[in-house]
Amino acid sequence: MSAFRLLVARELRLALRQGGDAAMVVGFFVLTIILFPFGVGPEPELLARIAAGILWVTALLAALLSLERLFQADWEDGSLEALALMPLPLEAQVLAKCLAHWLVTGLPLTLVAPLLGLLLHLDAAGYPVLLLGLLLGTPSLSLIGAIGAALSLGARRGGVLLSLLVLPLYIPILIFGVAAVEASTGGFTARPHLLLLGAFLAGALPLAPLAAAAALRQALE
Amino acid sequence: MTVPSSDPAPPAAFSGRSLACRRGERLVFAGLDFTLPAGGALVLTGPNGSGKSSLLRLMAGLGRPEAGTLAWDGTPVREDSAAHRARLHFVGHQDAMKPVLTVAESLAFWAGMRGGNSVAAGLARFRLTPLADWPCRLLSAGQRRRLALARLVASPAPLWLLDEPLTGLDADGFADLVAAIGEHRAEGGRVVLSTHAPLPLAGAQELSLAAFARRGA
Repeated sequence: MSAFRLLVARELRLALRQGGDAAMVVGFFVLTIILFPFGVGPEPELLARIAAGILWVTALLAALLSLERLFQADWEDGSLEALALMPLPLEAQVLAKCLAHWLVTGLPLTLVAPLLGLLLHLDAAGYPVLLLGLLLGTPSLSLIGAIGAALSLGARRGGVLLSLLVLPLYIPILIFGVAAVEASTGGFTARPHLLLLGAFLAGALPLAPLAAAAALRQALE
Repeated sequence: MTVPSSDPAPPAAFSGRSLACRRGERLVFAGLDFTLPAGGALVLTGPNGSGKSSLLRLMAGLGRPEAGTLAWDGTPVREDSAAHRARLHFVGHQDAMKPVLTVAESLAFWAGMRGGNSVAAGLARFRLTPLADWPCRLLSAGQRRRLALARLVASPAPLWLLDEPLTGLDADGFADLVAAIGEHRAEGGRVVLSTHAPLPLAGAQELSLAAFARRGA
């Protein structure tokens, strides 16, 4: 367990020292959301209707932006090879990296999303569900993204390949995340949608590290 | 205890039997045997491309041999790869360090991942103590190599696999490495290394990979 914590601490320290990723992801998220009122016009009714969709789609894209670096830097400097030879199983290491990735991207996204909802005139009833949905959904984005990041290691234009691999897998999260917010603003219960997001996370939590670790081993052979 | 089998290999040895390695379409070597007892050193020599790095990677469990088996005390390492990882150190061509971490942080991380905590000893062994608070991006190539080698001392492991460890080392670094290997072997540790320059290692076996090279195909 302590090796797991050590790896998470190292990832967080690297993210803080290099400063780029978290700030870039949140910056991209905020700026893109701000573009929408300019693009579709400032009418509150229109913005309120599309707010949930915009927030979720942009969150997916922002998370995707930082995934390319998840294993790439370690792969380039030989750290990945060294990590693969550590006693801690590679699956657990992938989980540690996903946790760190979520802490520096998914969590900040979740925290700024309500502020941006304000900008988009999101209905008051939608906020708790938006927060809860993002809390359940963004860890899945990191976990599924890790599979794509591992598979696209070493490929040229890996970032584009990563998007093509991962975005289709994000569709269920998008559907249920948006549906949860729309249900609550429409006066229905968001519970089934949130439960499905939770189920998705419960599935990704054990399966994604297995798949990503297998892909990493393939890349290292 | 385990019942002695008919296997002629003596116990307490790291050994390989009729190993073959393929890279792409090319069979790099085949029919390679070695036995390394506790305290032993195995020096891999041979021209570029003869498979020294490939053999070291096979020994580390990175990739699988085309044929043959690697065994530790008679147990194939494939059967318990976690135990094998726990007992080896592999220092390859890349230094696996982050520009923004300091020398001490970098060493503490790699040692800690293996449950070791002799960071000060590792730094002292390779004369890195004065550089402990330097960020790794300021290190020269030779200093980076020393830091990579310091991991060997910072978290003890019985098997060292070193791929051309002398690259970039100065005379002091060379002497430090030879001394570190000597101490490791005196405690019963094993070392396998590839090199193009002669190393003064007492009682080391030399394995010339040119003898196992397969041409053509």
